[in-house]
Amino acid sequence: MAAPKASLHLVAPVWNGGTRGIGGLSRVVAPEGNQKKGRSLLQFLADCFYDVEALRDHLLRKQVSKVHQKNRFQGREWIRPNQRGHFSLDFLKLQAVPVEAVDASGCAINYQGLDSLLALKELQSLWLQRCPHVDDWCLSRLHPLASSLQELSLAGCPRVSERGLACLHHLWNLRRLDISDLPAVSSPGLTRILVEEMLPSCEVLGADWAQGLKLGPEEQPRDTAGPTPA
Amino acid sequence: MLRRTLLLGLCRGPLGRGLGTHRGGSILDRDGKMSEIKKKIQSILPGGDWNPLYDTSYLPPESSDVVIVGGGVLGLSVAYWLKKLEKPRGAIRVLVVERDHTYSRASTVLSVGGIRQQFSVPENVQLSLFSIDFLRNINEYLAVADDPPLDIQFNPSGYLLLASEKGAAIMENNVKVQRQEGAKVCLMSPEQLRNKFPWINTEGVALASYGMEHEGWFDPWCLLQGLRRKVQSMGVLFCRGEVTRFVSSSNLMKTASGEEVNVKRIHEVHVKIDQSLEYQPVECAIVINAAGAWSGQVAELAGIGKGPPGTLQGTKLPVELRKRYVYLWHCPQGPGLETPFVIDPSGTYFRREGLGHNYLGGCSPTEEEEPDPGNLEVDHDFFQDRVWPPLAQRVPAFETLKVRSAWAGYYDYNTFDQNGVPLLLGREGPGAQHHLSLPEQT
Repeated sequence: MAAPKASLHLVAPVWNGGTRGIGGLSRVVAPEGNQKKGRSLLQFLADCFYDVEALRDHLLRKQVSKVHQKNRFQGREWIRPNQRGHFSLDFLKLQAVPVEAVDASGCAINYQGLDSLLALKELQSLWLQRCPHVDDWCLSRLHPLASSLQELSLAGCPRVSERGLACLHHLWNLRRLDISDLPAVSSPGLTRILVEEMLPSCEVLGADWAQGLKLGPEEQPRDTAGPTPA
Repeated sequence: MLRRTLLLGLCRGPLGRGLGTHRGGSILDRDGKMSEIKKKIQSILPGGDWNPLYDTSYLPPESSDVVIVGGGVLGLSVAYWLKKLEKPRGAIRVLVVERDHTYSRASTVLSVGGIRQQFSVPENVQLSLFSIDFLRNINEYLAVADDPPLDIQFNPSGYLLLASEKGAAIMENNVKVQRQEGAKVCLMSPEQLRNKFPWINTEGVALASYGMEHEGWFDPWCLLQGLRRKVQSMGVLFCRGEVTRFVSSSNLMKTASGEEVNVKRIHEVHVKIDQSLEYQPVECAIVINAAGAWSGQVAELAGIGKGPPGTLQGTKLPVELRKRYVYLWHCPQGPGLETPFVIDPSGTYFRREGLGHNYLGGCSPTEEEEPDPGNLEVDHDFFQDRVWPPLAQRVPAFETLKVRSAWAGYYDYNTFDQNGVPLLLGREGPGAQHHLSLPEQT
């Protein structure tokens, strides 16, 4: 524990886990901003008292379990939506119809939540664009869908990296794969090439091959507005 | 009086803060002094370690409930679970003694970082399943407020074990056991293998088992740092030193059948401070031997193995230092992103490393070829003679490759033993993956 601070910064307590909701947890991924904003009252107290520290731990864990709650269906079938009452009861009549496409873009679906999707044996198209909790572990769970899945979109998922993309190799029926705009992938251009080699019969939408390459001196764009060329 | 303070306040301007001015110091000084005084009072009270003559803050405490010898992933796991499962907060004082705080020779950080469920013993499969669960939720287990979340860089690419004709039946049996425990493993014929991984030469392979989920490799250094950080935040004490002596007391006791035995119990550990002759005797109730490859030596200090051969006392702890080499090579035509952790029937293994067509691999030497574990020097001829030929045979693309670097690490052969000192040792190969779950299950 550090020595007590000299002056108390009585700012409005900025909860470290971010605001409530989905946005809050994804901020846990990039916490550098929190440290720069200065220490809040809660953080200061946590340094002094074990109980406050325990309280903060508890609150952090509650945030995480909220996401878990959203993904549990408590034994219900997939056709019932997880947000209660947002779909009409007509769905109940369609129970015998196989689900072909699922658009879960932007949902808080996570590793446990995929349980429901994996039961869909005839799923052909799965969109997981901008899902904040879909990460490499989730991708490794997709292999049961290999025989039917033809289209997969992971565009904009902040936690997917090239390590998770390596296990898309199991999806041999895949024809369209969208891996554009993945911030956690270290070299997007190279990754796209490697994924294309890995899945030869699949059309891969991703970063430009030349993205991330440094231009040589003779290829520097000439500045036509300047007085002398480079 | 009032006038003086007013004058002082006015003269000092923005520095003066009211109450503290008559002593000439600002609040900064006063807070610092208060914390010093509080620290002194705390240490004088019973249970604190106070030496009025000189500064002893670098020494371990004089007494500790549990002393863990070794601060690698295993020792830190034990410390973590002890602290996690203790009921009243702060009930157990845990001390971790690690002689090398840079972990330059620790097996944890020199390991290849793989995790798999493909074992023959069901307990190993269960341990591994727990470990992967732990790693997946590592940020829930090891979260420390205000610190960034951990990224262990897990590659879920799976393990591919190849078996020759001889080993095929055993492999089938093993896969049955693994599936019973819940591992997701599939068996592949040579033809299926060729379809899935066209770069493999399936000559001599009768059967292959491929882990579909929960298998792969990760960064063990990150895990170690995460554990260390969390464990420190939970109040575990660390000491940089070496255990040189155990002091034990023996009691003559009667067993249930009336037989008289001499029960030895360790009650003190001597911790020698690094680069000095000074040592601190630490009173303790339990000592946990988590020294990894050096567990045998630590056990000998405790007297395990010192007795007439053939008796319980005379049985040494069967843990020995074994040196293993790991090589990193580059092969531009090599297998791509989908490469799993491949283990050949000959014992050679390799896995992908990064995106640049680099691969890590090695081979376990036979008994006769065991290298001298005295140092961590790498034998490059070993790669030429023993690792490269089977690799090139299994993956023809590896005929042209270039070794970029290599290192050596220690492995520990081991069994589970209980002799007054609970022992928790690693296993050759799987290493770090089981160390997370062993302490929890115990």
